[in-house]
Amino acid sequence: MDPQKELINKEYNTLNLGPTHPATHGIFQNVLTMDGELIVSSEPTIGYIHRAFEKLAERRPYYQITTITDRMNYCSSPINNMGWHMTVEKLAGIQIPKRVDYLRVIIMELARITDHLVCNSVIGVDSGAMTGFLYVFQYREHIYDIYEAICGARLTTNIGRIGGLERDFSQEAWTRIDKLLVDLPKGLKEFEKLLVRNRIFMDRTINCGPLSQEMALKYSFTGPNLRATGIDYDVRVMTPYSSYQDFEFIIPVGTNGDTYDRFMVREQEMWESISIIQQAIRKLEKLEDKTTFHADVPEFYLPPKDEVYNSMEALIYHFKIVMGETSVPKGEVYHCVEGGNGELGFYLVSDGGRTPYRLHFRRPCFIYYQAYPEMIKGSFLSDAILTMSSMNVIAGELDS
Amino acid sequence: MESAFVSEKIKNRFGDRILLDEMSGDMQCITVKHDGIHDLVRFLYDDEELKFRFLTSINGMHFPDGPEKFSIVIHLHAWTHNYRLRLKAYTSQDPPVFPTFTDIFPAANWMERETYDFFGFRFTGHPDLRRILNVDDMVGFPMRKEFPLEDQARYDKDDKMFGR
Amino acid sequence: MSNITKAPPGYEGPGFFATKIDAVVGLARKNSLWPLPFATSCCGIEFMSTMASHYDLARFGSERLSFSPRQADLLMVMGTIAKKMGPVLRQVYEQMAEPRWVLSVGACASSGGIFDTYSVLQGIDRIIPVDVYVPGCPPRPEQILDGVMRIQELVASESIRRRDSAEYKELMASYGMQ
Repeated sequence: MDPQKELINKEYNTLNLGPTHPATHGIFQNVLTMDGELIVSSEPTIGYIHRAFEKLAERRPYYQITTITDRMNYCSSPINNMGWHMTVEKLAGIQIPKRVDYLRVIIMELARITDHLVCNSVIGVDSGAMTGFLYVFQYREHIYDIYEAICGARLTTNIGRIGGLERDFSQEAWTRIDKLLVDLPKGLKEFEKLLVRNRIFMDRTINCGPLSQEMALKYSFTGPNLRATGIDYDVRVMTPYSSYQDFEFIIPVGTNGDTYDRFMVREQEMWESISIIQQAIRKLEKLEDKTTFHADVPEFYLPPKDEVYNSMEALIYHFKIVMGETSVPKGEVYHCVEGGNGELGFYLVSDGGRTPYRLHFRRPCFIYYQAYPEMIKGSFLSDAILTMSSMNVIAGELDS
Repeated sequence: MESAFVSEKIKNRFGDRILLDEMSGDMQCITVKHDGIHDLVRFLYDDEELKFRFLTSINGMHFPDGPEKFSIVIHLHAWTHNYRLRLKAYTSQDPPVFPTFTDIFPAANWMERETYDFFGFRFTGHPDLRRILNVDDMVGFPMRKEFPLEDQARYDKDDKMFGR
Repeated sequence: MSNITKAPPGYEGPGFFATKIDAVVGLARKNSLWPLPFATSCCGIEFMSTMASHYDLARFGSERLSFSPRQADLLMVMGTIAKKMGPVLRQVYEQMAEPRWVLSVGACASSGGIFDTYSVLQGIDRIIPVDVYVPGCPPRPEQILDGVMRIQELVASESIRRRDSAEYKELMASYGMQ
């Protein structure tokens, strides 16, 4: 390099990648110091959608907290709901029947598919391929139809209750799930043909926002972002919950940790989720028990309405649960599930009252977003945008 | 890995600074004296047999009526043995002061900022301790028990409807 | 198919059509609203579903989403607005040129929603004037489309002198804006 050129003082300019992003990712602010097009350093600011979930959880009885957990990772809210229910069940020592476990697995894998569909199609949109987004959202609508048949809501599902599910899957839900298992593979293949071996997409995303294994471990990455670097840590395998140990699935890993690997890991995980749902359906057919959809815990699970009106015990249990008089044992518990973004943990401390004493959410997005300034250092602005969208940062989860 | 093995190793090294070592809930939970928490985490990280190299989370707790007012709770995970551990340290200072863990785990950076934002914990040696989720010029620490949940500036709430 | 939209009431003759200018301007404006999706949280995902092909927003004329407030007509605020975000929202609103309309989508934007906490703004109408509120948590795409159609009705029937009227000026002054 010409030594004369090195003596010239560089002047950096500051660019505000402000809180109002194009509508896809949620609100984060990054103040970038740039040398022309290259990013020298960046300073993120978060908290633009801080809704005080942890404080709110100290005021609500246990069954009302599910609605808060919905709104954390809102692309895959059933996973958050199930995680919360399992945390309370762990604290109260409730045993869940196998059939409920398998039904929960189906719901969680459907949620994982919706989360990865959003992330991957948005990576497409950010690199200019809007078509994938339009086609893929059609399958999300089908999954929303399944959620509606199960619980009545599309996005903020509040699925399940402490002790199981609120009702068994109807015949309509099964029909829709079967139809999805036929349609979704075709749709995914079409989406893959558009992007996976596309020369332009590969040039755009390979080596864009690389992440080394050491950095990923230092910053406590979990989930698809970590698996894209080559480390196969998956909570479903390490600490199995909800009978995941009965299922056979592989954990896809990448090599470089760049955007292309993250995209491919999520793509493969969707195929694995489809296979898990198929296995769950087969296992459900083999079970002799075909009717239970909740554990037998009258202290936590509301009795059916006809019993409430006719039997005294059921009335008393109903009253106690709704008024929050049920005694949750004192103690503390930490439970984690594999959310769409990684290890979603719930640290619950109970003092025996009707509301938790302290509930701390271990939110994967919050923890790994710290590494973002290091990941984009030295890259171009357009690569920084693509890196953020491939990390799947969801604002609701980031700011609790 | 068994909890007895972990307890043994920690006791040999730290002896009287360990206040409590029990199975709480589903996890081994070690309560250590306030001045020993950083050394303990450093020991757990460096030790070649234990290898607690993954930081799961750091959070704070506030006990207005308890014997000690504040505590910090750290969850660690040793992947090679698939063993989880919970560490606690209590203090009654206000504001509570702890050493920073960012020299061992860079991931602790934002976790400590969040704990500062919510409870007022001061982490000595933290590179950039300022509020992260709340407004920068906020007064007070919201997760403390005495801080009100609801927006105090609302004028349109009918007290009768809210049971007041 | 002859007409795509109904003509306003007027007098027709060979080669000409006479109607009020308000009606024509309203008709043109309502079918070509450029929205600014200010999506912050869960309602934003429902908006993405509204924009996608199943519940298409483009057939209402909103094909081009503008992310720059200077080029947008309709500010759609979707999701919770925290107090930290309030000044940003206000700045975005002030940058929009007249005529502008605001659609508040979701319970959080309309009134704070389920988050009655110290950090959430209890309704965006504390800082900017709102035209149509769409309740729901999150509202279904059909509800969002209904909200957009109500905005279209407002746009079509608005007099072009409305922004100069005393009442409007008083409304703006109550928010501290010119």
